[in-house]
Amino acid sequence: MNLEVFAKKIRYYTLKEFSNLGYGHFGGSLSVVETLAVLYGKYLNVNPNDSKNYDRDYFILSKGHAGPSYYATLALKGFFPIEKLYTLNANGTSLPSHPDRNLIEGVDMSTGSLGQGISVAAGVAYRNKFKNKTNRVYVIVGDGELNEGQCWETIQFIAHNKLNNLTIFVDDNKKQLDGYTKDICNTFDFVEKFKAFGLNSFKVDGSDVNEIDKAVSKAINYTDTATVIVLDTIKGQGVKMIEDIMDNHHVRLNEEQALRLNEVINKLEDDLKKEGELL
Amino acid sequence: MTIEMRKQYANTILELFAKDDNVYALEADLSGAMATSGLKDVLKSNYINCGIMEASMVSIAAGINLAGGIPFVHSFGQFITRRAFDQVFVSLAYAKLHCILIGSDAGITAEHNGGTHMTFEDTGLMRTVPDAYIYDVCDPVQLKYILEKAYKTKGVHYIRTARKSFPKVYEENETFEKAKVLKTGNDITICANGICVSTVLNAAKQLEKEGINAEVIDMFALQPFDKETLLNSVKKTNLVMSVENHNINNALGSAIAETLCENYPAKLIRLGIKNRFGQVGVVNYLAKDYGIDEESIIKEVKKALNK
Repeated sequence: MNLEVFAKKIRYYTLKEFSNLGYGHFGGSLSVVETLAVLYGKYLNVNPNDSKNYDRDYFILSKGHAGPSYYATLALKGFFPIEKLYTLNANGTSLPSHPDRNLIEGVDMSTGSLGQGISVAAGVAYRNKFKNKTNRVYVIVGDGELNEGQCWETIQFIAHNKLNNLTIFVDDNKKQLDGYTKDICNTFDFVEKFKAFGLNSFKVDGSDVNEIDKAVSKAINYTDTATVIVLDTIKGQGVKMIEDIMDNHHVRLNEEQALRLNEVINKLEDDLKKEGELL
Repeated sequence: MTIEMRKQYANTILELFAKDDNVYALEADLSGAMATSGLKDVLKSNYINCGIMEASMVSIAAGINLAGGIPFVHSFGQFITRRAFDQVFVSLAYAKLHCILIGSDAGITAEHNGGTHMTFEDTGLMRTVPDAYIYDVCDPVQLKYILEKAYKTKGVHYIRTARKSFPKVYEENETFEKAKVLKTGNDITICANGICVSTVLNAAKQLEKEGINAEVIDMFALQPFDKETLLNSVKKTNLVMSVENHNINNALGSAIAETLCENYPAKLIRLGIKNRFGQVGVVNYLAKDYGIDEESIIKEVKKALNK
């Protein structure tokens, strides 16, 4: 699979979900698009027809507010029909802002209360490691989410048990709901912090699928303990008009923004059609 | 006196693990207090001491179940519910996972640990969790049965228990599905659970000598709540008393009040902890101070019956 094209398709359908709704968690959904493309495009051993198999690879979106791009990815992977994406947040929908494992095929864990997904991932990795299973566990946590003490409790648990089947992505998009992370509760140097906790850790360009691809491969090759990949990303990544909005954690589009977003969507659609990726 | 509750807990885990190696026991640095440290030799990696991180432990347990394990998770009641409540609510209950939470040192049985460790609100918190199974157990026979039942039943279970020995109430092989009518009587229905069951039984025996016949029910399950057994008794006595080692709000007394108001209004006297925190003391001293000892029960029953 061409990962760049897959990322473009995920971004396209994510924007269509938001455009249909007129509001949503744009910033954090867009910053993980490339990572989702690499994981679901190349690494995760998952099967839409057997989504609860204990031998599958597990993926947990600890920063649950990125649900919309996760849904687009799952739909494109065949877990449910694309049309369902347009029910995001509708009354009675199975696609709420934050993923629900009991409502959506392919979602491994319900998340949204920050800090908990990483601990759940650790629990899955613990059982699989000591059962000598070979399947892997991937989790994405937000940079703002790492304010939560629970994350650091669990990092100690992960390091103590040397959970080498677990890869943790930190979506370091530099912003949280109320502004820049450095202004709210300075995160300092993530790579050094995780190293100090006893894990492997390095930074990559989180907007480049090839760099992420190499990083995942490197993480799998570390067999001593868990690896943290710090993704250098931009909140609203890949959509200039969203990147330029300061408070872009959750955006309610005004009329002008809605029109501009439609132009972005149309441009993506044309590109994808030229590449023969859309009918 | 019988086997300690904590030893019964550890023994039951060993029995379940012998039949199913998907059984896990999790602790957050209280295995010394709960007599579970010996489990490590048998359960090996299925025994997890997380360190002092109760909230993370609950979410980690969710992950264990997500990958096919069945986790039994122990801490003191206030830590496994009050401290880790959002994790219990979201990681376990909302996600519809299977986990058995054991809250030890129920209420006044925390004794010398005092106010910070004396939980009178744990059941109240758990009663607001949709679909949670909640039990306040009174002796080792009941504890074992409920642990096995929770192991077999998918969902989130909260089992509230003392850690040490309390008077035996049941004979071996007793079953616990519906509430247990332990003594029949026509004058008043007295409902209790946990450590209050044996106290109420003793009080009822005393009252009988004075010509007052109390019906005694062990309402060990707070959720689902056995309304039928309660109402059948109340239709006979028309007077109810609840006795609990918990805040009278949102636990046994409340469940009875709700059931009566909605089905068969009758006078109810609630004995339990009334708008107070915990404190240091031995069980007998504390039971008297909070008005859940034998003497207080007898006095309140006589007052209610104008005798």
